[in-house]
Amino acid sequence: MSANAKDLRHPLKRARGLGSAQSGVGHWWTQRVTAAALILLGVWFVITVLSLLHADYATAKAAVAKPWNALLLILFIVTMFWHAVLGLQVVIEDYVHTRWKEVVLLVAIKFLAVLCALAGVLAVLRIALGV
Amino acid sequence: MAEFSLPKNSRIQPGKHFPAKDAKKPRTFRIYRWSPDDGQNPRIDTYEVDLAACGPMVLDALLKIKNEIDPTLTLRRSCREGICGSCAMNIDGTNTLACICAIDNVAKGDVKIYPLPHMPVVKDLVPDLTHFYAQFASIKPWMRTQSAAPYKERLQSPEDRKKLDGLYECILCACCSTSCPSYWWNGDRYLGPAILLQAYRWIVDSRDEDTGARLDDLEDPFKLYRCHTIMNCARTCPKGLNPAKAIAEIKKLMVERRA
Repeated sequence: MSANAKDLRHPLKRARGLGSAQSGVGHWWTQRVTAAALILLGVWFVITVLSLLHADYATAKAAVAKPWNALLLILFIVTMFWHAVLGLQVVIEDYVHTRWKEVVLLVAIKFLAVLCALAGVLAVLRIALGV
Repeated sequence: MAEFSLPKNSRIQPGKHFPAKDAKKPRTFRIYRWSPDDGQNPRIDTYEVDLAACGPMVLDALLKIKNEIDPTLTLRRSCREGICGSCAMNIDGTNTLACICAIDNVAKGDVKIYPLPHMPVVKDLVPDLTHFYAQFASIKPWMRTQSAAPYKERLQSPEDRKKLDGLYECILCACCSTSCPSYWWNGDRYLGPAILLQAYRWIVDSRDEDTGARLDDLEDPFKLYRCHTIMNCARTCPKGLNPAKAIAEIKKLMVERRA
C-alpha cells in the first residue's frame, strides 16, 4: 500500500491499475437470481426429503422418477452448483493472493462444479428415464 | 493469502509509562507508537491524563499529552470540529475522529488509540493515505459535462439537490474504507466505501453528464464488486453517512442500464 520511495511512478498510475474489466455485473446479478431460486427450490427439496424419511429404496426411487420431482431435482442441482461456484470464486479472489494458486483454484472449482452437477443430473435422469 | 497475523517487525511491544502526579480525575490512555527512524518494533505507551484539567474530547487529551507529557507523540489534526477529517484514528476499537469523540463516551477502562487499521504507518498515529487519495483522484471527482458551458451557473432543482444529501457531507477521513475487511484484503484494487460513495455523489448529480462513463469505470469485479455488504463502513462513519447504501445504488444502476 505504501508509496515506495524507490517507485518513480505516480500513485495515480497504481490506483488506475489495468482499468475497469467491464464485467462483474453479470456475476453479481446471477448470484442473486440463483440465491432467490434456491430459497424456493431449497424449501421444496427439504420437504421432499422429509416426506421420504423411513421410506424404502423402491419408494424413494419412484418418487425421484416422477416427472415434476425429476425436473425440480435437476433444477435444484444445477442452480446449487452454479450458485456455489460463483460464491467460491469470490472467496478465492478475496483471500488467495498468490497468483498461480488463485488461478488453479478458480479453474479447479469450475471443473469440479460442472463434474458434480453433471453427475447429479445424470443420476436423476437414469432414475427418471429408467435406463 | 490474506494477512491474518502481523509480520515480525509489526508485533507490538510493551512501551513506556507516564504516570500522572496528583491527578484529580485520572484516565489512562494506551497509545500506539512507532517511529521509522529507530528500527524498533511498534510499542504501546501508557499515559495517565488528569481529565480535570483537560478538554472533553479525545483530541484534547492527545494534545495535552503532546504539549505537557511527551512532545514526541505524532498525530494529524487541524480543524478540531469534525470537518477536516485529519484526526481519524482507531479509538477503543472503532475508527472515528478524535476531535468529536468524547472521552466520557469511551467505554470504561483504558482508552486505547491506534492509527487507522491496515494502512502503512508513517509515524505513531499518522497513516499513509497516498493510495487512498490516488484512488479518489482516479474517479475524477469533479463535474464532467458534454454540453456547452452555460452563460450562468448550471441549475439544479431542489429535488435533485436533495439526492446529494448524505453524500456531500463526506470529508474523506478514511474511517470507513480502513474499517472494511474487503479494503484490507484487496485495497490495492477495490476502491473502498469512501471512494465509491464519492463516485456515487457524482453519478447521482443531475448536472453531471458523464454518468455512463462513470459507471463504465466502476464496472469491475474488484473496483466495485469487492463490496460484500459487511456494513462496517456505515457503522463507523463519524459523520453518520451510509457508504454501503451508496454502493448498493451503484450496483442497482449497473443492472438497470443492462435490462
